[in-house]
Amino acid sequence: MLIFERSHPSRRNAAQAPQAMAAVNIPAALLRKTAPLLPEASEMDVVRHYTNLSQKNFSIDTHFYPLGSCTMKYNPRACNTLAMLPNFLARHPLAPAHTGQGVLACLYDLQEILKEVTGMAGVSLMPMAGAQGEFAGIAMIQAYHASRGDTARTEIIVPDAAHGTNPATAVMCGYKVREIPTNADGDVDLDALRAAVGPQTAGLMLTNPSTLGVFETHIEDIKHIIHDAGGLLYYDGANLNAILGKVKPGDMGFDVIHSNLHKTFATPHGGGGPGAGAVGVAARLLPFLPLPVVAKLPSPTSGRGVGGEGAVEYRYLTEADLPLSIGHLSAFTGNIGVLLRAYIYAKMLGADGMHRVAEFATLNANYLMAELQKVGYRIAFPQRRASHEFIVSCKPLKDATGISAMDVAKRLLDKGYHPPTTYFPMLVPECLLIEPTETESKETLDAFVAAMKEIWDEAHATPDLVKGAPYSQPVRRLDDVKAARELDLTWKA
Amino acid sequence: MPFIPHTSQDVSSMLASIGVAEIDALFDEIPAHLKSGSLTALGAGLNEMQVARLMRDRAAQDTPLLNFIGAGAYEHHIPAAVWELATRGEFYSAYTPYQAEASQGTLQVLYEYQTMMASLTGMDVSNASLYDGASGLAEAMLMAVRAHKTSRRILVPATVSPFYRSTARSIVKLQDIELVEIPYDRATGTVDMAALAQHAGTDFAALVIPQPNFFGALEDVDALTNWAHANGGLAIALVNPLSLALLKPAGLWGDNPHPNPLPGGEGTNAALRAPVGADIAVGDGQPLGAPLSSGGSYFGFMCCKQALVRQMPGRIIGRTVDLDGKQGFTLTLQAREQHIRRAKATSNICSNQGLMVTAATIFMSLLGQDGLRRVAAASHQNSQRLAALASGIAGVSVLFNTPTFHETVLQLPKPVAEVLANMANAGILGGYDLSADYPELGNALLVCATETKTEEDLQQFVASLQAAIA
Repeated sequence: MLIFERSHPSRRNAAQAPQAMAAVNIPAALLRKTAPLLPEASEMDVVRHYTNLSQKNFSIDTHFYPLGSCTMKYNPRACNTLAMLPNFLARHPLAPAHTGQGVLACLYDLQEILKEVTGMAGVSLMPMAGAQGEFAGIAMIQAYHASRGDTARTEIIVPDAAHGTNPATAVMCGYKVREIPTNADGDVDLDALRAAVGPQTAGLMLTNPSTLGVFETHIEDIKHIIHDAGGLLYYDGANLNAILGKVKPGDMGFDVIHSNLHKTFATPHGGGGPGAGAVGVAARLLPFLPLPVVAKLPSPTSGRGVGGEGAVEYRYLTEADLPLSIGHLSAFTGNIGVLLRAYIYAKMLGADGMHRVAEFATLNANYLMAELQKVGYRIAFPQRRASHEFIVSCKPLKDATGISAMDVAKRLLDKGYHPPTTYFPMLVPECLLIEPTETESKETLDAFVAAMKEIWDEAHATPDLVKGAPYSQPVRRLDDVKAARELDLTWKA
Repeated sequence: MPFIPHTSQDVSSMLASIGVAEIDALFDEIPAHLKSGSLTALGAGLNEMQVARLMRDRAAQDTPLLNFIGAGAYEHHIPAAVWELATRGEFYSAYTPYQAEASQGTLQVLYEYQTMMASLTGMDVSNASLYDGASGLAEAMLMAVRAHKTSRRILVPATVSPFYRSTARSIVKLQDIELVEIPYDRATGTVDMAALAQHAGTDFAALVIPQPNFFGALEDVDALTNWAHANGGLAIALVNPLSLALLKPAGLWGDNPHPNPLPGGEGTNAALRAPVGADIAVGDGQPLGAPLSSGGSYFGFMCCKQALVRQMPGRIIGRTVDLDGKQGFTLTLQAREQHIRRAKATSNICSNQGLMVTAATIFMSLLGQDGLRRVAAASHQNSQRLAALASGIAGVSVLFNTPTFHETVLQLPKPVAEVLANMANAGILGGYDLSADYPELGNALLVCATETKTEEDLQQFVASLQAAIA
């Protein structure tokens, strides 16, 4: 039932709005004549409706969620509670800096933490998602070449295994996309890369470990090929969790990176967002960082910072400080609530905790890969170490039983598991991209393997049972073709 | 170990299963000289008690003052149930609803949200949200250029928020899209129609129409929409969603049908072509339940006419049926999106602001049509009262003679920065100083009073303003 179907004319929820209907002094021609379609329901109706809806979701808090490339690790509750302290929520974005020294200090410290763990020279926290971080990164590459009068660079190179956001971002930044193939070991084809670069190359976008779940072993050759051609190297931080505390993108030679704080730094996915896609840059790109950036400055004697010797004050850097910046990406200051959660998480981990993230994410992935291989599932790159994720190809299973990767995914729902990512990356047929994260216990992984074994057996014994799954969810498989052909995007009374 | 459950026994049995002696062996494909040393700059980890102390101390350094700043972010009462429900783990820690059967909660919330936004704006369809209003405006411009096909110029009035204009420019300039500024009338604080008329017959893809505009003033949206359509461009409405509880919805602006059939999808079906109204409506959803939070997270909304739906960026939820014919909800029209279309996608956007939208949907449900109207009307009345009280001070006047929604511009006898600093010392954030963005206005202050302000608050503002300019 929709909330609109719980609505009753003239039912009022009197506690939530001003008691009186104030007079309106606006010419009639500018006013609305019919009321909008909003529910007329009591507070309890609304609370019950949305509580019930929440229970129709799988989430990290309720289910193991091994969704490859999404890093569905536990979202610590302390991060939420402390980011929602009333003073943080109440502050207006245009309030003067002296009324926000606490939040600005957190943001400054987070910039410093990200610089340290990524090995970059500067960080801006402003991009509001991974894709916007990519936009900022490629826009900085564009601005860098333009500032040198190097306008012949019209192409961005993207491996065929890349996330779809990479080519889409390059196009949004006005570039042509050149795709290069992957070799049988899952690495970038170096000969193809050498043939692709030239004076038209603005840069290469690379995810490392790649979306195939393996570390790009020729990363230093790639760096030399791109840099020798005059291009810049972009690090898509979607898989940063795999190397957090082990390898820094800056040390691998990357010039610009984004990190998905909603993955690696445990901020919630919220059913689709908000995320945060902080960008980091090497020294030569510092002048181009998106605005604003938080600076820590000596407190002026007349200022309002905490007084005394060595006192400091935090403020935003603006166009006046960074005239070559690629500019603003949001009206104000990005997704600050997400940034506070990431900061709290980073403070709780500290240096030791940060080192352990990649270690245990990788341990869990390699263990799960070994156990699923024992069940009989085909591993896409068995000759390689898994990074924090790995790929199972259901092609042999499908050839033998007719059961596809999608069927396995839907049957997992009946077993109480959110499925892995399906049919991405597109290079591997019938693939499941599996990322357990470091926050899952051995027992959870073992239980998941047992469920995958049951499905393996069902696929061989009772394939129709698997093809009809799920049976346990609020709905069975949905008609996506009808959804797209007979568009029904809003409810009508 | 924080958030890592492994016992040492777990680790040894897992390593044995993999067939390696130690965890470090799992990283043996990484060249040894690339491995990071210690991250000493990070310091030791804090436990929950210690980090709570740190954050409480930091929060205490933020000093909330009595706030009269609007300028694109508005202080409204948020019912207690909104964030209690939105932060339930089932909403908070769920992913984008790719697995529809296991995400019916999120999907139905988004479908309800789309319905509410389409109705508020008077448009046919809504997407499931964008990052914020300013980046949403940039996406609307890109969408208008795709739909128009022949022009890459957008007419943008100077009465559009300077923050929005600056953000949109950062995003669209790399695709060679030109933003042409349309000046405003100094008496009314609204678009200068004579200046706009000079663009008649020129090539442009769309006109942006802010309602209310950055000065809080109400534009003649019917005339502007008609002008855009008569001159072959699209009309992009930039609206405050809360104001739409009172104001004419963008889908009904103007009465001049768009002269050119819009390309794409159902655009060839004349019956689906809208007779009137803006073609795209965007804005920031912050007034619908998002706390001010120093600027985010908020969310951008985007609605449009049916004919343009396949040009829209972002997630869209559709209602369909399952194998048994039972109603269900799913992501639809995904062929527009980056994960399918890659370089040919309508945008690179991958997420929406799902949790903010969940809060907004609960907010709108709790207030309902009557409550939303009461909030909007009370905000309108408070700002009118504030303007009347302030203009009673010698040397202070209301700058524009135009109807406003809930913000207005005051002319002060002294430099605004100085006045605001004095007011802040008295515990009041007196408004937004327009002198950097609009130097031609002199000492101009943009003030806002929402429904959260009492008569006592308004009197306190006036007393503090009076003292600050004395």
